[in-house]
Amino acid sequence: MLKRVIRFYIEGFRSMTVGKTLWAIILLKLFIMFAVFRLFFFKPYLKEKFPDDKSRAKYVTEQLTRKPL
Amino acid sequence: MNIDPSLVEWSRWQFALTAMFHWIFVPLTLGITFLIAIMESIYVKTGDPEWKRITKFWMTLFGINFAIGVATGIILEFEFGTNWSNYSWFVGDIFGAPLAVEGIMAFFLETTFIAVMFFGWNKVSKKVHLLSTWLVAIGSNLSALWILVANAWMQNPTGTRFNPDTARNEMTSFWEVLFSPTAINKFLHTVSSAYLLASIFVIGVSAWYLLKNREKLLARRSIVVASVFGLIFGIYTALTGDSSARHMAQVQPLKFAAMENLYEGQSGAPFVAVGITRKVENDEHKRLEFISKIEIPNVLSYLAYLDPNAFVPGIKDLVHGNPGKGVMGVNEKMEKGRMAISALRSYKEFQAAGETAKADSAMKVLEANYRYFGYGYFEDPHQAIPPIRLTFVSFRVMVYFGFLFILMMLYFVYHSMRDTLEKRRWILVLAIFAIPLVYLVSQAGWIVAEVGRQPWIIQDLMPTFAAVSHLEVSSVKLTFWLFAITFTILFIAEVRIMLAQIKNGPKDGGK
Repeated sequence: MLKRVIRFYIEGFRSMTVGKTLWAIILLKLFIMFAVFRLFFFKPYLKEKFPDDKSRAKYVTEQLTRKPL
Repeated sequence: MNIDPSLVEWSRWQFALTAMFHWIFVPLTLGITFLIAIMESIYVKTGDPEWKRITKFWMTLFGINFAIGVATGIILEFEFGTNWSNYSWFVGDIFGAPLAVEGIMAFFLETTFIAVMFFGWNKVSKKVHLLSTWLVAIGSNLSALWILVANAWMQNPTGTRFNPDTARNEMTSFWEVLFSPTAINKFLHTVSSAYLLASIFVIGVSAWYLLKNREKLLARRSIVVASVFGLIFGIYTALTGDSSARHMAQVQPLKFAAMENLYEGQSGAPFVAVGITRKVENDEHKRLEFISKIEIPNVLSYLAYLDPNAFVPGIKDLVHGNPGKGVMGVNEKMEKGRMAISALRSYKEFQAAGETAKADSAMKVLEANYRYFGYGYFEDPHQAIPPIRLTFVSFRVMVYFGFLFILMMLYFVYHSMRDTLEKRRWILVLAIFAIPLVYLVSQAGWIVAEVGRQPWIIQDLMPTFAAVSHLEVSSVKLTFWLFAITFTILFIAEVRIMLAQIKNGPKDGGK
């Protein structure tokens, strides 16, 4: 069964025409998004700065209540 | 809260750029998959190989759109975590749960049914293939449902409770979130408008073939399917738009007033069908003055409350309050918001000091005033007013062109049924120009929804400026331009590949 599924995908990819260009674009795009954007520019702010949920909650609460009233 | 205004602006621009780029691809996917499923159903029913050819051709164009657009939405999720960390934490599971369902759904959809749809011709039975095509259409739309539910919650937060211990909103009723009137209206209006967009796309491309005297059978048949589909969902878009606006008048009255540029509230308020405006300089209400306008009496009151004589509050009423009409002003809401924020701070302090009774008492104050929490961040009540001109103009662009598109669909249905379409070349030319236009109109719809709800990221609970992360403005600017370049390249790639494929025609089949 698994072999048939794998063969189905392999044959499908092999017989592509426009699809090959599109797959190249998809792979390049995913690489840019995950290996460049995510890794270098979009680090999760709270996870980077605080080790656990408790300290993250404390920080956000401080942010939410910091305004002098 | 000391936030650099340029940080907020650049973060907003960055998010708007990403969301608008993502929305170039989504509506076509949502609509064309159903059109393809209908075409394939006709093929399976009739056995006519031309319908198979037609199905495969549109499937190819869908594949291009899907491939270029896939994963562009992921960047929005990156931005939530990086640029909007206060917001991401504050919304907690309410936003996370629908997005997770969407992610899982999209993953299974993309790896299974789309594969069968593209690779499965002659490998699975006709019926299994057709089922896969329908499941791709249904799955894409269900995928959109979860995103729109999350968005609707931001416009009208329901079914949740704020937990001061975690500083997060927690879901109390999944069904209340899923079936909130805002979510239902938003989903139905968005997907039906996407069906209209896809219909116009199919008609426009088919019109080009007719003008070029090529692929006439494909073009005629495609126009019949797309125009009927587009007409039904064009009318439905107008109906759901009407109910959306009525609901907006209840839950986002300032957005509604901005959309209509209604400054003074009125009983029997007219609808401004056409209006030329100019900005009133240094006006604290960001007022626009009508230089000239054509009004339809009582229509706005009827649209908002189904009563032609109902009172519709204007910007002034909503900002300063109108006790006679039961309208609470922003000043009063700011007081309540400040009490809520102050109570949250006290709660944390008392809790840290182990003073349980005082903490409980602060909690009660917080709960009583929590629905106005976000107003506590304003320093001036006029901060609650959304950008009026952009909302007012975008709304009219959306509505007027929406109606024009319905008329266009009607025209195409009538003449394609009578087989007289090819004699009317002007409408075929117009159909081609309608493709970029419908995309602009679709974006205008999102501007009404998202710019109109400013200054809120979560209505009444969190203003946009309180949601941003404390990043360097330069880093946000850098990513903005990186995205702008990447998206432009991808967009050019999409248009070029799509145009080349249309020019080649359906001879290559469905891959």
